Amino acid sequence: MKKVRALIVDDSSVMRKIVERSIRQAGIELAEVREASNGAEGLGALKNESVDLILCDINMRVMDGLEFLRQLQTVESAKGVPVVMITTEGSESHVVQALSIGARGYIRKPFTPEQVKEHVIPLLEHTS
Amino acid sequence: MKTANEITSPDRVPEGWGPLLELAAREVFEIMLGCKLENQNAPAPVSGDFTAMVGLAGQLCGLLTLHCSAHSAALMASRMLGADIKETDPQMWDAIGEIANMVAGNFKNKLTGMGDRCLLSVPTVISGSDYSFHSMADTGPLEVGFVFEGEPISVAVEVHS
Repeated sequence: MKKVRALIVDDSSVMRKIVERSIRQAGIELAEVREASNGAEGLGALKNESVDLILCDINMRVMDGLEFLRQLQTVESAKGVPVVMITTEGSESHVVQALSIGARGYIRKPFTPEQVKEHVIPLLEHTS
Repeated sequence: MKTANEITSPDRVPEGWGPLLELAAREVFEIMLGCKLENQNAPAPVSGDFTAMVGLAGQLCGLLTLHCSAHSAALMASRMLGADIKETDPQMWDAIGEIANMVAGNFKNKLTGMGDRCLLSVPTVISGSDYSFHSMADTGPLEVGFVFEGEPISVAVEVHS
């Protein structure tokens, strides 16, 4: 598998670091990690650069993860890029809603690197 | 079912929530911090240097709080990040807010049917102990005490009607 450029969107800087560490522990080699603290920043990060993988929280100030997913559909550079939601909002309706507007996976916090591996690697293999 | 370290209150939240709150907290600490919380044989006062709060809204409406000392908060952040976090580091605030957030989410997802009918606020963290806390809750708090790295911490839920 090629090295991955990832965008991590979470309002907690601590959680962004944990997500990055979990990706590495899952055996995914990272070429570059971009961070955003809300959906709007995430969209901004994709204006000039493309990534191979997006991991996104739902419950964030300014722009939440579901609105980010909706607006992401209009971002040309993000077409086909798998988005995995990593969030405490693990309700059925949130999962269904996220998947219906473009998310390809869903991981509930607290999570292990094994869960990241299980949900993310098949998506990367599919797109590579 | 009740656990020994569950603090009782006259107008308490439903029977059976105590073990779920305890389990929710234990899972977060084990998975995200890699440590087991020890039982507290008798509730001990927590040096409330730090209080992380997450609001619950919807069918289940109320507040979840995590109380701990500054030393415990720094240790939690260090455990989460795998690095030495000092008591003055702003990442400490972020870390305990996220822990409270995950405990709240894990707890409500364990309540049958509540996952879809309860939303969480983003966490808020306050520091210092010289404040009065007035909750509009209709029940007394359900509070569970633990020992984390030798120091008492507590997790509590108060519920509005």
